[in-house]
Amino acid sequence: MSKAAELAALIGSGQAQGNKNFIINGAMTIDQRHDGSSFTVVNGNSTTGVIADRFRVNEASGAEFTAQRVADAPVGFEYSSKITVSTADASLGSTEFHRMIQPIEGKNISNLNWGTSNAKTLTLTFYVKSSVTGQYYISVFNNAADRTLLKGYTIDSANTWEKKTITIIGDQTGTWLTTNAVGIHLMWSLGTGSTYQSSTLDAYQAGFYMAKSDQVNLAATNGSTWQLTGVQLEVGDVATPFEHEDVGTTLAKCQRYYETLLNHNGSFNVIATYRSGTDYRAQWIFKTEKRATPTMGGSFSATITTTYISTQMASYYKSDGDFYGSATLTATAEL
Amino acid sequence: MDIKSAKYYKNGITGKACGIYCTIDDVEVAVPLDPANTDYAEILRQVAAGTLTIADAD
Repeated sequence: MSKAAELAALIGSGQAQGNKNFIINGAMTIDQRHDGSSFTVVNGNSTTGVIADRFRVNEASGAEFTAQRVADAPVGFEYSSKITVSTADASLGSTEFHRMIQPIEGKNISNLNWGTSNAKTLTLTFYVKSSVTGQYYISVFNNAADRTLLKGYTIDSANTWEKKTITIIGDQTGTWLTTNAVGIHLMWSLGTGSTYQSSTLDAYQAGFYMAKSDQVNLAATNGSTWQLTGVQLEVGDVATPFEHEDVGTTLAKCQRYYETLLNHNGSFNVIATYRSGTDYRAQWIFKTEKRATPTMGGSFSATITTTYISTQMASYYKSDGDFYGSATLTATAEL
Repeated sequence: MDIKSAKYYKNGITGKACGIYCTIDDVEVAVPLDPANTDYAEILRQVAAGTLTIADAD
């Protein structure tokens, strides 16, 4: 096929157009929670396991990890998300696992027609680097975790950036939500117990699985590392160059799921306040409308109450005196 | 997800319960009563499982 014909085909498929990446923050540019600082991931961490925005480590074993967005990346990128084993667990129980995951909102995949005969194929590209070579797997599963596709990849050289490209066929059956809940879970296994292992690869199957039995257990050795960046998931069966978008666009996409508000000298940095008698009211108008009504974080004086939360704003009330709060307020609407 | 000290709170103006104060993984938060909020969904799951109780609002 000539270059012109290739370009025409890409344009026709939608691949050559902007905003083609279903993955948010694939270059790990945004790190609202930690700004490059490291943190510990232990069994049971949930949203606190987020490294760079939208990328979360789930740990459910006896192992512990140090997670950090670091300035170590292949040519063309600046950052990667890095996981380092700080407490080893060489023998995983049947239901134990560790993984990196990005849940993709259903509203963003409505054009894929998954669950129908018109289901579109996707191509996943990412850069990975690990101190442990061997066999690894990604898992694509739906919101109900009753449909799974497993695909394998190998890390061939230790401590070397490698580019991986994986074709993901669309599922013609099953339920893949197109609501504000999770449409597609995309996850990288870092070790999986037998309950979540399957030998069925490259085809959708009923149930929830994370890897085949030969998946590397990253946590087998203390100090092992695994890094990820340059993640792109696009329509079609051709991997195109990574779409580097401006930082403001990526930040706004991330803020649909998590947003912070820094205060100033101990006072709320709110957009407006209102006083009636000795009553004070303050509102935080979010920069980006949230996926769902968010969980509000931050420390408050005992008499401040959160009176109203919506996808667009939060209101606070205090019966008397001035508002004061923590150094950072957060609104979390993660999937 | 480690959820502790769950307690309903009221809207300071209407006086009606509108959310839950709790700590999630040792972080103090206010969780709205929205089933699409994954924290609230987890609270409901733990309450149904009998591992979490939500105290009434003051």
